[in-house]
Amino acid sequence: MDHEHPEVTSATDPAAAELALVDRARNGDVAAFGELISKYERRVYRMARQITQNDEDAEDVLQEAFLKAFGHLDSFQGQSKFYTWLTRIAVNESLMKLRKRKSDRTVSLDENIETDEEPIVREIAVWDDNPELRYSQEEIRQILDKAIEGLKPIFRTVFILRDVEELSTEETAEMLGLSIAAVKSRLLRARLQLREKLTRVFKRKGEQILGYAK
Amino acid sequence: MITCKDFLRELNDFLDETTDPVLRAELERHINECPNCWVICDTTKKTIQVYKGMEAQNLPEPVHERLMSMIAKKKPGCCGGGDTH
Repeated sequence: MDHEHPEVTSATDPAAAELALVDRARNGDVAAFGELISKYERRVYRMARQITQNDEDAEDVLQEAFLKAFGHLDSFQGQSKFYTWLTRIAVNESLMKLRKRKSDRTVSLDENIETDEEPIVREIAVWDDNPELRYSQEEIRQILDKAIEGLKPIFRTVFILRDVEELSTEETAEMLGLSIAAVKSRLLRARLQLREKLTRVFKRKGEQILGYAK
Repeated sequence: MITCKDFLRELNDFLDETTDPVLRAELERHINECPNCWVICDTTKKTIQVYKGMEAQNLPEPVHERLMSMIAKKKPGCCGGGDTH
């Protein structure tokens, strides 16, 4: 009864179980890679769609990201989580899609942004607690998509990686080739801009939107 | 003495709970006395929460099927055609 059962431990440890799947996929087990796809495809697609704001581009990104991941599993060292590694590939693919869109004049992630510039807050109103509960899943998705769509790609990409994908500031900076200060500055602007857009929807009924007294 | 501008500048770290304890105490004192900054802080926190809580949509079935069939035709190490990043 006191004997240890490493195989049981491994099976119940999600990280070890995932590494085992990656190993099997690396050795040509397509079904194992299929399990990784099923686990992460929705998140990759959501991220790609939020960055590119386009369904077709998101599908292309999804396919390219998984194909490249499958093709380069040997280069996955297991030092980061598989999803972080996959995210890096998907983000690069998403940014390439954005850069290919010549009509979009705001796609540069390298755009010079004054990090010392004061953040702007124009509208202030109290929200209900859990305002999203007033809406269906589909409605809330549309509200959030519309708000994020209005952000410049440089802001929304940082926001998605930090606040939706929950990567660290350092991981985000490294992934996007930005400084830590640039990530922090862009994240603050993204958060405040989204807050303003959502305030127009989520403010408590009867609550006035006021200007910010500095 | 923390001003509203100071508070906004520190908002990210305050929300991410990465400010040092002394500064955090000063920031907390400020929002307890400044209704505008309290609202900004509260609604920004809710903005992040609502995005974090957003469930990823199910993939359209044809998208999933196309992806699976592309992978099934490949073998590891023989596809991708690009950088490994």
